[in-house]
Amino acid sequence: MKQSQRIGGTVANYVDERTGAAKWLKKNLTKVFPDHWSFMLGEICLYSFIILLLTGTFLTFWFDPSQREVIYNGSYLPLSGVKMSASYASALHISFDVRGGLLMRQIHHWAALIFMVAIVAHLLRVFFTGAFRKPREFNWLIGVGLLTFGIVEGFLGYSLPDDLLSGTGIRIAEAILQAIPVVGSYLAFFAFGGAFPGVSFIPRIYTVHVLLLPGLFLALITVHLMLVWYQKHTQYPGPGRTEKNVVGYPLMPVYMAKAGGFFFIVFGVTAFLGAVASINPIWLYGPYTPGQISAGSQPDWYMGWLDGLVRMSPPLETHAFGHTISWNILIPGLILPGILFTGMALYPFIESWISGDKREHHLLDRPRNAPNRTALGAMSLSFMIISLANGGNDIIATHFHLTINGIMWFTRFGLIIVPPIVFVITKRICLSLQRADRDLVLHGRETGRLVMMPNGEMLEVHEPLSDEQKWTLTQHQAPGALPPPLPESAKRGLKGKLRTRMNRAHAIQVPAPTLTEVKQIEESHH
Amino acid sequence: MSSQIERFKDPGLPEHVHRISDSDIRAEKRAERQVATMFLLSALGTVLTIYSYIFLKSDTYVFLPVMGSTNIQQLFIGLGLTLATLCIGLGAVQWAKRLMPDEEVIADRHEMRSEEEDRADLVETFHERAGQAGLGRRSLIKRTLGLAVGLVGLSPIVLLRDLGPKPGKALSITNWKSGTRLVLDPAGTPIRPEDLEVGAVAQVLPELAEGTERTLENIGVDAVLLIRLRPEDFNLDAERLSWTYQGIIAFSKICTHMGCAVALYEQQTRHLLCPCHQSTFDVTRAAKVIFGPAARPLPQLALTMNSEGFLVAKKPFTVPVGPSFWERNSANG
Repeated sequence: MKQSQRIGGTVANYVDERTGAAKWLKKNLTKVFPDHWSFMLGEICLYSFIILLLTGTFLTFWFDPSQREVIYNGSYLPLSGVKMSASYASALHISFDVRGGLLMRQIHHWAALIFMVAIVAHLLRVFFTGAFRKPREFNWLIGVGLLTFGIVEGFLGYSLPDDLLSGTGIRIAEAILQAIPVVGSYLAFFAFGGAFPGVSFIPRIYTVHVLLLPGLFLALITVHLMLVWYQKHTQYPGPGRTEKNVVGYPLMPVYMAKAGGFFFIVFGVTAFLGAVASINPIWLYGPYTPGQISAGSQPDWYMGWLDGLVRMSPPLETHAFGHTISWNILIPGLILPGILFTGMALYPFIESWISGDKREHHLLDRPRNAPNRTALGAMSLSFMIISLANGGNDIIATHFHLTINGIMWFTRFGLIIVPPIVFVITKRICLSLQRADRDLVLHGRETGRLVMMPNGEMLEVHEPLSDEQKWTLTQHQAPGALPPPLPESAKRGLKGKLRTRMNRAHAIQVPAPTLTEVKQIEESHH
Repeated sequence: MSSQIERFKDPGLPEHVHRISDSDIRAEKRAERQVATMFLLSALGTVLTIYSYIFLKSDTYVFLPVMGSTNIQQLFIGLGLTLATLCIGLGAVQWAKRLMPDEEVIADRHEMRSEEEDRADLVETFHERAGQAGLGRRSLIKRTLGLAVGLVGLSPIVLLRDLGPKPGKALSITNWKSGTRLVLDPAGTPIRPEDLEVGAVAQVLPELAEGTERTLENIGVDAVLLIRLRPEDFNLDAERLSWTYQGIIAFSKICTHMGCAVALYEQQTRHLLCPCHQSTFDVTRAAKVIFGPAARPLPQLALTMNSEGFLVAKKPFTVPVGPSFWERNSANG
């Protein structure tokens, strides 16, 4: 035995005698993970979160979360001698006087953007493939929670430097608080320790940004991953993949190398962005003062849809009995997002109620095979994209020489008109794709080779699909794959009628071809 | 033809196709060299990072196309870090893909729900233990415990009370009083009507008593925009016209929508635009909202000239400035 093996053995023995970890590890080192590029999206979330923790910790060593007034005398000369808050001065210090400081700030910001993009992409993957179905509803809820906290965390993060742009964002957040009926002005005064902006807000959100929310993230991510581990990952349908098995690569060594390697790839890409691509150049905006603003004020993209909704809101306020209610803030800023996020959180339960499907699902849906869900997802996405576009209406207007008013009116109507149209079109596209699959199975692939028959007729040669391909395209309607019809007892009453109608719309499918049909076609050819 | 419909069957996992590096020793060696090269490049990246940190000057800049002026030291520390991390990742993934076994394995999956027997056992155990605690029988304990637990959550809420003062009238008060001189921001100098040409805009603040330091909270309610038009350009009622002085009109600069500074003045159209949400106000019509989400005009400050020839406020704002709030009485606009 080599010395290294002997030392390894001793250490392993020491640990196992105290933890009994050998049994657990033995089982889990060979744990199987399915492989697909779309499963990397969740990994990107996790890795960018780790990058955020690392770079964020670095930044805290120099960042001074205080609104105490100081005179800047660092090496960025244009702001020399300017009165500003200690937090802005320290953010400038990190950017100009700490070696690698600007790099870390930029990696941190880029990682935050990537974190949010990856969460949304991961969410879309989970939604469109039906991965949220039983038994994974808890993880869906945790995911919606992580998305929500991610938005808040990101907002607090870019509020911290206390430059002109971030102060403007805080001002808007304060106005939303203040608009809440009955308790609004109290909430605002408590949050800010008095009148806006005060000197309490930056230290307070700093604690939330670096302690409370990251702690919450860590807890939620841990549970999220433990559930993934325990429930085993979903897999895409295909030959040999069933609801009862999981097909993929073992944790050790393949998955460890791939997933571990992928962490470094995400880190590398983020570091590259931080190195070459300037982001949030806070020195250009100057310190925050409520009397000034920079033109083209924009939040980060994941807040953009919210800003877009606020921008397009009609000027509605109720003035009565000496009180004011700002619908122009409450509806786009709190009520609509509340409805959207609640609906998103509840979706797995709503779908299961409509379909009556209470079975476990480990095989993912191809989005086309769930036309109603896919259409609903596309519809929600179009709503978000239109809102987001309006959140950048000033930028779009200057870049494409349009008027802001024009864009605003377009999105005001578009927000109501476009999503239903997207729903109908997407549903039709899904059914068309199902028909195309059916055609492919029945008649095979077009080869592009033309053959002239003895009677002069020109025919294109079709190449039949492999058995594996045929199975992949038809498995969703294999016996027992589709949910059973609703029981008669579920159809009674008004609620039952509604459920029956939605169930019918949800269950719509192009019949998948059968072997019998293929045989019939083959016979008719001979 | 049989009446029974035949369906496609799962053909099972396709046969494994071997990679070139599984059979060809040269391909295997090549893959090994690729992985090792990546790890070496990573090591080089770390050297580059350390070199840049120590030896590059921290105040030199280079112009990068598209990216603009970039600090050389930050750039090369970053590029070194990129190389160091990216190459570890690429090496590991290449290792996994080319050299580690690539045969898919099948593991069984079990339904999440526990066995019937275990579930029944649990229910039994639970009832037995709950019975031991007497939760069902001792309703006095149950109720008082409910009360205690329900109330204990109140403490943190009460303890948070001192986060800030009550708003009181603070949201309705500014430092503009009758006779307060307008001073330029940030110069702090008082202003005479003739200092402002027709078409000009200025940001002003109320002059504070000697020795009073101006806070950001002050600016957040006091900021005022001064615009000079020709008197005949206005389209105001008699009262509001009397609040202007020789064509000079003053509005609160704090947007009535969400409190941003309404800073964009279009001289041609005489519109004020808030860059946050594009609420647009018509200066000639007492800052009436003509577009966007704001529901109320910008409050107008009544102006006049004092005996020394300086512009002063005729009276305080007649309505609260800034965004709406529940207690705001909007009867006067």
